[in-house]
Amino acid sequence: MNIRNLLSYFLLIIFLSVVQVLFLKNLALFGVAFAFIYLLGILILPVSLRPVSLILIAFALGLIIDVFYETIGMHAAAATFMAFARSLWLRAISPTGGYVEAEEPSISEMGFGWFLSYSLPLIFGYSLIFFTADQWGTGGLLEILNKSFFSAIFTGLLVILVQLLFFKRRRRI
Amino acid sequence: MLRILQFLYRIRAFILFVFLEVAAVWMIVSNNSPQGAAFFNSSNALVGTVLKHQADVVQFFSLAEANEALTTENAEILQQLLALQVKPDSITLPLDSVFAATYEFRGARVIGNSLRFSQNYLTLNKGSKDGVKPGMGIFNPHGVVGRIKSVSENYSIAFSLLNTGLMISSKIKSTDVFGSVQWDGKSSTEARLLYVPRHVRTQEGDTIVTSGFNAVFPEGLQIGIISRVAPDEKDPNYLNLTIKLSTDFSRISYVYLVENTQFNELDSLARESEIINEY
Repeated sequence: MNIRNLLSYFLLIIFLSVVQVLFLKNLALFGVAFAFIYLLGILILPVSLRPVSLILIAFALGLIIDVFYETIGMHAAAATFMAFARSLWLRAISPTGGYVEAEEPSISEMGFGWFLSYSLPLIFGYSLIFFTADQWGTGGLLEILNKSFFSAIFTGLLVILVQLLFFKRRRRI
Repeated sequence: MLRILQFLYRIRAFILFVFLEVAAVWMIVSNNSPQGAAFFNSSNALVGTVLKHQADVVQFFSLAEANEALTTENAEILQQLLALQVKPDSITLPLDSVFAATYEFRGARVIGNSLRFSQNYLTLNKGSKDGVKPGMGIFNPHGVVGRIKSVSENYSIAFSLLNTGLMISSKIKSTDVFGSVQWDGKSSTEARLLYVPRHVRTQEGDTIVTSGFNAVFPEGLQIGIISRVAPDEKDPNYLNLTIKLSTDFSRISYVYLVENTQFNELDSLARESEIINEY
């Protein structure tokens, strides 16, 4: 990973966080579907990144979002879990022949179907942790599952849309 | 020994993960306890500034509406003031200090708000510099909004009424039966009135107001109206009352802060007599 790449990831994460905090904070479709677009910043980091640094990045990012959401610890806990699960999940669904060095898990590099099976379970796991923390002691299990399910679908759609609209297509074979 | 170290090194990601999760959970818990000092929150200067600028832009579009509401309220207050003015040729007697005003009011603007979670908070643009203290009540012309949680120099954080941790001592206006209003974490337009015994006769449409018992809010501020009456399934001694909140939490912009100047005295009295005063 060179400096240019590093800078572009940094800018992407900053941009996504700003969008998250300023525009998506109070958005919930039908009261159940929340958008966590900043997760794209964690999902898109290169495969070769060490799990330890990924977890640290996710924790810091979650904490920053938390401060603006006034939900200290919840986003951080969920994002940390997602970062940890990501390295395991990447190993589990690795394509035959493994990942090419420094490959980034995006639609343009890995294809649409692979990205779907990569991102959706991770986002669902994130939502599950987040809403469990949020509803702790108040809401029922059904409420948590309901919110997690629709939030995962909504966030997944947004994550795909952002990639299709704003990411440069690198190679077309 | 070397093997253990090697093993620990191999699972370092997992250890870090567990450590950070524990840290996050600790933060959640300490943030949610009402007395707990929060380390990071949006009353911090940088975050507060960002939120304030965002609110400046968003609330610009509802300025006309806010103005209209304020004018209506001013007119009402003027009308009340007229009735209080001393008429010429009348005698006035200074009243005993017992009747002196124990409540002080301040105005503030909401710059951060959420209503989709089960613990919702508000950020206000006034802080300790403007005399805001933790524990002050918040309301707007429509009804009760919440309670201040913590303050920084320029900003303050408040529990919204839409926070499952906040209870507000209240009563049914027509019968003076008192209970506690608490949000159940579901709809942002409804809350519950708890601890109303079964023998109480009440009906849909009854107004719920603050009781003035907990020394945070003055008596008689509107909270909402009863929208559903049912027997409580879990505890048959109480009624299950759903109230429709009179405040629209999705569009609060200007609020009033109320401080009971005798709160400390009441609080220490309650402590001295070993009564836990419910807030």
